[in-house]
Amino acid sequence: MFENLTTRLGTVLDSIRGQGRLTEDQINAATRELRMALLEADVALPVVKEFIERIKVRAIGVEITQSLTPGQQFLRVVQQELTQTLGGVAEPINLRAQPPAVILMAGLQGAGKTTTTGKLALFLKEREKKTVIVVSADVYRPAAIEQLRIVAGNVGVEWFPSEVGQNPIAIAEAALAHARKTYADVLIVDTAGRTTVNEDMMKEITALHGALNPVETLFVVDSMTGQDAAKTAKAFADVLPLTGVVLTKVDGDSRGGAALSVRQVTGKPIKFMGMGEKSDKLEIFHPDRIATRILGQGDMLSLIEETTRKVDQEKALKFAEKLKKNKTFDLEDFREQMAQVQNMGSMEAILDKLPGGAQMKAQVAKANPEKQIKRSVAIINSMTKQERKYPDLIKASRKRRIAAGAGVEVQAVNQLMRQFETTRDMMKKMAGGGMMKMMRSLAGKMPPGMMPKR
Amino acid sequence: MSENSGFLTKLRAGLNKGDSFLTRDLGTLFSGDKLRDDAIEELESRLLMADAGIEATTWLIERLQSEVNAGRVKNEKQLRAVLKKFLVELLSPVSKPLVIPPFIKPYILFVAGVNGVGKTTTIGKLASRLKKEGKTVLLAAGDTFRAAAVQQLTTWAERADVPILSQGEGADSASVIFDAVQSAKSRGIDVVIADTAGRLHTQAHLMEELRKIKRVVQKHDPYAPHEVLMVVDATTGGNALTQALQFHEAIGLTGIAITKLDGTAKGGILLAIARRMALPVRFVGLGEGVEDLEPFDAEAYAEALINP
Repeated sequence: MFENLTTRLGTVLDSIRGQGRLTEDQINAATRELRMALLEADVALPVVKEFIERIKVRAIGVEITQSLTPGQQFLRVVQQELTQTLGGVAEPINLRAQPPAVILMAGLQGAGKTTTTGKLALFLKEREKKTVIVVSADVYRPAAIEQLRIVAGNVGVEWFPSEVGQNPIAIAEAALAHARKTYADVLIVDTAGRTTVNEDMMKEITALHGALNPVETLFVVDSMTGQDAAKTAKAFADVLPLTGVVLTKVDGDSRGGAALSVRQVTGKPIKFMGMGEKSDKLEIFHPDRIATRILGQGDMLSLIEETTRKVDQEKALKFAEKLKKNKTFDLEDFREQMAQVQNMGSMEAILDKLPGGAQMKAQVAKANPEKQIKRSVAIINSMTKQERKYPDLIKASRKRRIAAGAGVEVQAVNQLMRQFETTRDMMKKMAGGGMMKMMRSLAGKMPPGMMPKR
Repeated sequence: MSENSGFLTKLRAGLNKGDSFLTRDLGTLFSGDKLRDDAIEELESRLLMADAGIEATTWLIERLQSEVNAGRVKNEKQLRAVLKKFLVELLSPVSKPLVIPPFIKPYILFVAGVNGVGKTTTIGKLASRLKKEGKTVLLAAGDTFRAAAVQQLTTWAERADVPILSQGEGADSASVIFDAVQSAKSRGIDVVIADTAGRLHTQAHLMEELRKIKRVVQKHDPYAPHEVLMVVDATTGGNALTQALQFHEAIGLTGIAITKLDGTAKGGILLAIARRMALPVRFVGLGEGVEDLEPFDAEAYAEALINP
């Protein structure tokens, strides 16, 4: 339904391709697209504006590394900034307080506070080996207390009874006293959902905070929330000293721009995300995952990273220099290139990470590119050094010998030679005319769908 | 009209809290009798910040721009009039109230949506509204999954003073609703409102369950359900559209109810939905009280936004 950022940036990036630097105009065009993509991902407008400014400052004048196109470098800057804005690294829950450590849950109606309370109780019980007591101070919503009782029973933690008609603060104080008496490690207090415009309710949550002095005050927010996320988060942060955020319903397909808004507005780390309705579906928040998701990227960026890591930069540089100096490209170089491709991992693994890669995978599977590369390398290995350096030497008799050596038919050797010649021509062009020309000539030769969209 | 103006008052109170996201300080957008240069951009930002989405915003802004270019927007009053005209144009196609014809009995109404949007609350309010209109209503506690969902609906049934049929947690949702329709038939009840568990539209097996409920109920009446109401939380962003499309694909929606319009979210998502889908917006939820559900009226909504 939504275009992903790569498609959005497609035309903009095409114009950048083949140039060593990003100019200010190109950055501006790219950031306009980025702005739209972020808005579509429900990032709040003020947050988008600020974010774009930071990207501009970073992106203008960024040198482009050898193996990457400027467009991808731009994406990398965006992704790094996003991850950074989302908190960089995961932050654990803080229980460093004299027991019982109190955790207060707050948020709008329907954000998932009660479900999260249950999940968090289970998380602390199983992973941190804590004794946990939960209590509901929601005396408003029908059956809210009952819901927590059932959830607590399901995850096997103690539920402190409360009733409609009681004062929420009295409930909290009684629960705290009980937790102290029974030497519980953690007390989680679930509260009623409240809209931030309801002053009485906001006063109530402040009073609850005052009575409990919690070590963690968690703001629970639905990852599907739109522009309102920023306003709501701010209103809660204004009356409550929040210590963290829980993002819920992340198993849906929203882009989760709310995460960025809330993090930016409150300045507090997102500690957990709810990934499903079952009690064990609570995960520690990974900023990078949400970052790629907001961009609609698939795992494109980890693919780019992998490429940067695996392509031997030094060798690539040497190769380019040699090509420029001698203007020759021999079979040794051809073999070297193929080895580089092999290094990047199986074609299938690469395709898996591309958006829309699944269909391509089916097509590629028939051609079996890995087997072909292996065979080509074997044929080149069966040649003499001289043959590799001066490929024109290879005539019928030599071909028969090479075929026998590699265990293939003579036709396969012919095929390889043709492939080599095409590549050599391309390389010559590249040495003369730059990437842009080569990309164009390549566009006709690649199977449909393999080229980036224009 | 008296009911209409009641809606207007409530909308104004709930939606704007004294200032409309769209027309706040509208006068400041003018310098003398000219619209300021950045006025259009400011209005665009306001629409985007109300979750109107890029498509509806672009639609509105383009029309507004051409009016401005034609020299028809010279003062605040004209701007308000123009804005209202376009808002009504955008919203009136989806402003179709729910009509329950007397010849369908029982009229079967499904309520569906993602988790935590306010399905159960909406059902409670809707039941009370229908009862006031003189209809007999039976609630079917089809949310058998979430803890205490049945109790929550039971409380609402008591508040609205309507009967409820439930089988408790873990029962088969389709069978609960099937039984409810059966019972409504024999008791001669007018409307059956079936609650369903909240489900994310991405979970294929849960969407399949919805289809099953529909199939099973169709054994009673091949035309059932007569209304499939999807509940959307006004604070939801662009994902509301995806939700609507997926639910529509699964069981065929016939209407939408938008809840939580009394919070800080201004429900710009209404504009996005109106622009993208031909689904009637049946009701808007404006609070937690049993009275806080009103039929949607495009004219009144636009009026509340323009003249707070």
